[in-house]
Amino acid sequence: MVAEKESETETPPIHRARPKPRPIVQLGIFLISHSLLFSVVFSTAGVLALLLLPVLAKNTYISENALMPGSVAPMLSNQEVAEANRLVKDLTSSNSKPLASAIGSQRLISQYMSNLGAEVSHHKFHPQLNQFHPLHFFSSPDSGRVEQNISCALHGVNTVGIIRAPRGDGKEAIVLVTPFNSVKLNQNEALSLAIAYSVFSLLTRVPWLAKDVIWLVADSQFGEYSGVAAWLRDYHTPVFSGLGTLDAEMCPESNNIYGLNENLSIKRTIYDGFKRAGTMAAALVIKVADRSEQYEDSLSIYAEASNGQMPNLDLINIVNYLAVHRQGLRVKVEKFWPLLGLKWLKTLGEIFESLGHLARSVNPQWKFGIPAADYIEGSATLASSLYYQALGVPTGPHGAFRDYQVDAITLEIFPKVSSLDNKVRQNDFLLRSGRLIEGVIRSVNNLLEKFHQSFFLYLLTSPGKFVSVGVYMIAFALLVAPLPMVAASLYVDASNSDYSLKIDKPAPFANASDEPCITLKSWKWLFAAKKVFFVHLWGSVVSLLPYFICQIPSCTPTTSFIIWVFLSILSLVVMYIVLASPSSHANESQPQRGEWAILKSVTLSAAFIGLCLMSVINFASAEIGGLLMVPMCLMAHPLKLDVKARSIRTVSRVVYNLVLGFIGFPPVAFIVLKGAFEGFSGVNVGDFWSWVESLWAWNSATYLYIGMVYLPCWVLCIHVLFHRC
Amino acid sequence: MALPLLLLRPILLLSFLLFAPILNFKAALGSVTEEDFSEELLLRPLPDRKVLAHFHFRSRAPHTSSNGRHHHLFPKAISQLVQKFHVKEMELSFTQGRWNYDRWGGFDPISSNNAKPPGVELWAVFDVPLEQVDDSWKNLTHALSGLFCASVNFLESSTTYSAPEWGYRPAPGSLRYGTLPREAVCTENLTPWLKLLPCRDKAGLSALMDRPSIYKGFYHSQRLRLTSSEFESEEGASGIVLQQTLTVVVQPDSERNVMSYSHETKLQPSWSLTSIFGRMVTGRCVLAKSSTIYLQLDRGLVGQLDYLQKENELSSADKSVYEGFSSNPGFELSVKPDRVLKELNGFEKKTPSVVYEFYIEKYSESRPFDLGLTWKLPVVWSCQKAPLHASRFLMGSGNERGAIAISLRSTEVSDEFLHTDMSEGRCKLEVKVFQVVPWYIKVYFHTVRVYVNEQPQEVSDVVEKMRVSPSVDKVSPGVMEMVLKFPCGMKSAAITLEFDKGFLHIDEYPPDANQGFDIPAAIISFPNFHTSMQFFTDKSVDRSSILSKFQENNAVLAYTEVLLVPLTTPDFSMPYNVITITCTVCALYFGSLLNVLRKRVGEEERSSKSKATKETGRLRQLLSRVSAKLRGRPFEPPQPPSNSSSFISSKLILFILVAGIAVFWQVYFG
Repeated sequence: MVAEKESETETPPIHRARPKPRPIVQLGIFLISHSLLFSVVFSTAGVLALLLLPVLAKNTYISENALMPGSVAPMLSNQEVAEANRLVKDLTSSNSKPLASAIGSQRLISQYMSNLGAEVSHHKFHPQLNQFHPLHFFSSPDSGRVEQNISCALHGVNTVGIIRAPRGDGKEAIVLVTPFNSVKLNQNEALSLAIAYSVFSLLTRVPWLAKDVIWLVADSQFGEYSGVAAWLRDYHTPVFSGLGTLDAEMCPESNNIYGLNENLSIKRTIYDGFKRAGTMAAALVIKVADRSEQYEDSLSIYAEASNGQMPNLDLINIVNYLAVHRQGLRVKVEKFWPLLGLKWLKTLGEIFESLGHLARSVNPQWKFGIPAADYIEGSATLASSLYYQALGVPTGPHGAFRDYQVDAITLEIFPKVSSLDNKVRQNDFLLRSGRLIEGVIRSVNNLLEKFHQSFFLYLLTSPGKFVSVGVYMIAFALLVAPLPMVAASLYVDASNSDYSLKIDKPAPFANASDEPCITLKSWKWLFAAKKVFFVHLWGSVVSLLPYFICQIPSCTPTTSFIIWVFLSILSLVVMYIVLASPSSHANESQPQRGEWAILKSVTLSAAFIGLCLMSVINFASAEIGGLLMVPMCLMAHPLKLDVKARSIRTVSRVVYNLVLGFIGFPPVAFIVLKGAFEGFSGVNVGDFWSWVESLWAWNSATYLYIGMVYLPCWVLCIHVLFHRC
Repeated sequence: MALPLLLLRPILLLSFLLFAPILNFKAALGSVTEEDFSEELLLRPLPDRKVLAHFHFRSRAPHTSSNGRHHHLFPKAISQLVQKFHVKEMELSFTQGRWNYDRWGGFDPISSNNAKPPGVELWAVFDVPLEQVDDSWKNLTHALSGLFCASVNFLESSTTYSAPEWGYRPAPGSLRYGTLPREAVCTENLTPWLKLLPCRDKAGLSALMDRPSIYKGFYHSQRLRLTSSEFESEEGASGIVLQQTLTVVVQPDSERNVMSYSHETKLQPSWSLTSIFGRMVTGRCVLAKSSTIYLQLDRGLVGQLDYLQKENELSSADKSVYEGFSSNPGFELSVKPDRVLKELNGFEKKTPSVVYEFYIEKYSESRPFDLGLTWKLPVVWSCQKAPLHASRFLMGSGNERGAIAISLRSTEVSDEFLHTDMSEGRCKLEVKVFQVVPWYIKVYFHTVRVYVNEQPQEVSDVVEKMRVSPSVDKVSPGVMEMVLKFPCGMKSAAITLEFDKGFLHIDEYPPDANQGFDIPAAIISFPNFHTSMQFFTDKSVDRSSILSKFQENNAVLAYTEVLLVPLTTPDFSMPYNVITITCTVCALYFGSLLNVLRKRVGEEERSSKSKATKETGRLRQLLSRVSAKLRGRPFEPPQPPSNSSSFISSKLILFILVAGIAVFWQVYFG
C-alpha cells in the first residue's frame, strides 16, 4: 500500500516539493528498497549475535532474598549417614534373596519411613503406553489419561512418605524424588535412596520445617519418568469412579505389600489410599550416577522440561551456590561435546578474547570478552541447552513436575572413582550430598511465596552464567527480520512490474519480463495465498498421518517411515489434483512471470508468522528452525531463470539452492546432523521415525512445528525452485 | 517476711477449703450468685509418643441485674464486650499447627471442641435485631483485634465472614463466622489472653506456661469461649461464663536413644511436668475456686492396659487399671491420685476411659507438684477416630480453573458402629459439610459431584439438604452448607466442586500475592455421633468444668485442611515501568511539540533560500550528498544553521538529556 502510494506520487512531474512521507514510512520504504543488502546484514548479524551469546552471558545471582541459601550450618550429621548406611546394607541384603525381592525392598523402605514417624502410603500405577494422540498437544496433562486394558503384570508401586511440618499449616509441600527400580536394585540407586533417607530422617526432627516434605520413591521399572508422572497425575487429577477397586480385584498379588506386614503398628501406619500434602513448592530429583568422576565428586543439573520450559533460575542458583561454595562439589550442566573440538569456534573465541582485551585497553570499565576456553565451553553448553529445549523432551523425571507448574530439577551426583569401595569415602560422599539437599530444602522452606522472582526464560552457558530472554531474542529477531522485508520488496516489485511499461524502473528480480499481462493486480496475491494455505493444510495432514500408521501392527521404524513418506506424497498429489487445479488453470494458460515472486513473498510471510508463533511457544526450536529455514526461504529462486542467465552468480545460486533444498528436507537434515555429530556409521532412515515418535510421545510442540511450518515451507521453496516461468 | 507468709498460707488455704463447698452448692443450683474462677489441666498421653496438655480456665460472673457492673474476678474487658455488643455466644481461637485426627483422636470432646483450623477462627451469636448483626460483628472484630493484638479486624470486611444458617451451629440469622487462615500466632496473642485470668501466669496452673515449651509443640490452640445470658430477662440466668482453654500437644524430651529398626515397638517416652514444661506447679491460684490436674487415659489405652493386665497374671487378678495405679503393669505415676474416675460405659464393647484426679490445693511452694508418668511396658494403642476421615484437596493445575475435592473415608470406628446399627434396619450416616470459599474462587455449585464407594451417584440421592449462597464479587464469599446421607456400609466417598480462578484488581493483592490464596478449612460434622463422656461421679461434677464440658452432648466435628490456590498475579513492577516509560515519552513529546511551535514556516523557507546561497562546510555537504543518494533524490545543498535553529537544537539536546536521564534512572536504579 505504501509502495502504491509512492508510485502514484511519483508519476506527476515534480515542480514543487513533494509532501514528505512520515519518517517511519520513509524508513520502511528505505528498508524494502534495499532489502537485499539489509537481509544479508541482518541474517549475518543474527547468526553473529547467536555466536556472541556466550560472551554476553551474565553471572547468575540469587534474586529472591527469602531463600538465604547457606546462611546456617548444615545439621546433617554422621548419625543420619550411619542410619542411611544401614538402609543400604539392608536393601542389598534383601535384594540378594531373589524371591520377592521387589516387594521386600519396597516394604523395607516403607518400614524405615514409618519408623521415622512419617506417613507412608503406596501408590500403584500402570505405565502409560506411548501413543500418538493428535489432540493432546498443549492440553492439560489429565486429558492424556486413556483407559487401557491393564494387565496385572504391568504395574509399579511408588512408595510415598510424608513428613508433616510440626507447626506448619500444611498448605505447601516440598517433594524429594528418588527413582528406584525395586526389581533390579543397583548400587547407585541404593546410594540415592541413602542420601534421601538421611535428609528425610533429619527433617523429621528439625524444628524449622514450615512446609511438608514428601519423599517419593518412584518405581522406575518402566522408566524413571512414568512412575513420577503417574503419581503426579493421581495427585492432581484423581479419578474417583471405579478404576482403583478394579485393580485391587484383578491383581491379587499387589496386595502382598500390605498383607505381609506382620507388625500391627506398621500395618496401621501404612495405608493404601492416596496421601496428599498441599500445593507443591519445588521438587528435587536425586540420582547417583553409575559412572564416576575421576577427580572429585561432581554434580550435574538437568532442568529442561517438556517444550523447553525451564524451572525458575533461582532453584538452579541455590543448588549451584550450595554445591560450589558450601559442599565443594563441581557443578556441571550438560554440554554438547562435539562442539568442544571445533577449530573455527576456537578461532572465534580467540577473536572475541582479543576484542575484549582491546575494549579493556580503551576503557577499563568495559567488561567485554571472556577467555577463549570459556567461550568454547559456554557455546557447547549453550548449544546443548538450545538443543534440549528445542527437542521439547524432558531431560529427566523433573519434567513431569513442570506440567503442573512446579519448579523441579534433577540432580545427578557423580561420586569419585574410588569413593564407593571405601567406607569412609562413601560416608563422606553421603554427608556432602545430603547436606547439599538439606541446604536446598531449607532454602525452599524459607520461601514465603512460590518461585517467581527470577527468570523462567533463559539459556544456560555454564552453571553460573545465563542468557536471559531479553538478550537471546535479539539474535532471533535479527535472524527473522529479513523475511518480511524481502516478502514486501518481492511483492512491491511484482506489482510494479505490471507498470513497467509506464515507469522505467526495473525490478531487481523480475527483469526477465518480455510481455506484460493484465490481470487484477491487487488480487493476484490471493492465488498464491491459497496455494500456500493448501500446502500448510497438507502439512497438518502429514503430521496427523502417524496416528494411522501407528495402528498398523508390527511395523519396523523403517517401514513406517517409508509408508509415511509414501502417504504424504500421495496426499500431496491428491490435494494438488483436487484443489489446486481450478485455480491454476488460468495461470497454466498464461504462466506469469511475476507469479513465483508473489508466491515466494507469501511463503516468506507464512514462514515469518510461523517462526514468530513458535518463538513464543518454544524459543529454542524456533531459533534452530530459523537457522535452517531463513537461508532456504530467502535464497529460493526459480532454477529455470538462473539456468537461462548463466552467469557465475546465478550458477552459484543454483548450486546453493539445490544443496539447501536437499539438506532442508527434514529427514535429510536430521540424518546429516546426526551423522555430523555421531558419525555416519549407524545412521538409518528408521531413526528419523523413532525420533519423531519420541517427539509426539512427549507432546513436543517441535513436532507440530516441523509438520505444520517447516515442511510446508520447504515444499513451497522447492515449488519456487522448480517453477516454470 | 517469709515466715509470716508461710504461716498465713495454711490459714488462707483452710479458709478456701471451708468456703469451697458453699460455692459448690451454689453453683450446683445452676445460677451463680457470686463470681468464681476455676483452673484445670488435663494431660493425656497420645499414641504417637506425644502428650496432650489441655488447660481450662473458667470464670463466671452472675447476671448484672443481681450483681451490678463491678467485678472482682471476672475480666472487665470481656464483660464490657458482652454489654456493648450484646454478644450471646462467642468463640475466638488462635491456632498454630494442625490437629492430627488420625493419631490424636477425633471422637472425644477435646478434638471436637478444641481442635481448630490454623490461624484465627471467630464466631459469634448476637442478641440484637437481625439488621444490626453485621454492625455488631464489625465492632466486635475491632474490639477483639485491640484486645488480643491480632489482625482480627480483617474479619470486618464482608468478603471474609459469612452467616451460616444451620451448617455450623443452629442460630439462624444472628450467627457470624469468619476465619483468617494466615494469621500467625505467637506470645503477643497469649499475653493478653493470660491477662484475663485473675492470677495471670504468676500463680496456679498457668504458671506452667513456659513460652518456649508451649510454642515448641506440635499443636497449639488458644481459645476463648464466651456464653452469656445477660440479655435474657429470665430469672436465674447464669450470667456470663468465660472459658479460656489452651490446648498443646508436646513431645516429651526423651533423649534420642539408639534408633531401633527392629520390628519390636518402642517404649513410650516417660514424662513429667518438669520435662514437658520445665516447671512444676507451686500451688494453686489462690483466687481459684478449684485447681485440679487430670490425667486421662484413652479408651484404647485402657483397653490395652487391661489386656496387658490379663496377660501378666502375676499380680492379683481383681486389680484393674482404674483401681490401683501402683500395681499397674503398664506405667507408674509419681504421685498418688486423689481420685480415680471411670467413664460410665456408653458402648458395651468399649473399655471405659479413666481419669486420675489430683488436687493442687495440697501443694505449695515448699512442696511443689510434679506429676510424672513412667512407662514400664511398651504399649501400642490408637485413639478413637471420627466416623469418617475427611480430607480436602485441590485438583487440576494451571491458572485457569480447578476443583475442590472433599474425600471421606471410613475408619474402623465407624465400621463397628455402623454395622451394629445396620442390624437394626435401614441406617444412614449423616454428614454435615460447611464450607466458605472466597469470592475470587468462583465455585460452580451446579458441578457438585458425589461419588460413593467410587461410583458416581445422583446428587439428589445423597444430598439431603443443601443451602448455597453464591459469592458476589468483592462483596461476599460463597457459602455452602450441605447435609449428606450416606449408606452405612460405605467405604469411601468424595465430593467435588469445580471452580474458576478469578482476577483481582491490582490493589487487592496482598503483599505476598505470589504465595497463593487460602481457602479456609471446611467443617465436617456428624450429627448422629456425639462426644459425650459421662464420668462416674456424684454431685460434685459441677466442681470440675472440664468434666462437665465432657458431658455435653456435642456432635463430632472435624476441620479439613486449609488449601492454597495459586492465582495469576500481575507483574507488580509493571506500573513502575509504565510510569518511567510514560515520563520518557512525555519528555520527548513536549520537546518536539515545542520545536514545532517555535518554528515558523515562512522563516524556514527564507532561511533555506539564504542557506542555499551560502557556502557550507565540505563535510556537511558530503554527508547530505550521501544521504540524498541513499534516499534517491536530487541533491540540494544544505542550509547553514540559523540562530533560531541552533536555539532549537540546544532545546532539543536538553530534552534528549532529560529523556536520557530518565532512561538511565530506569536502567540503573530500577
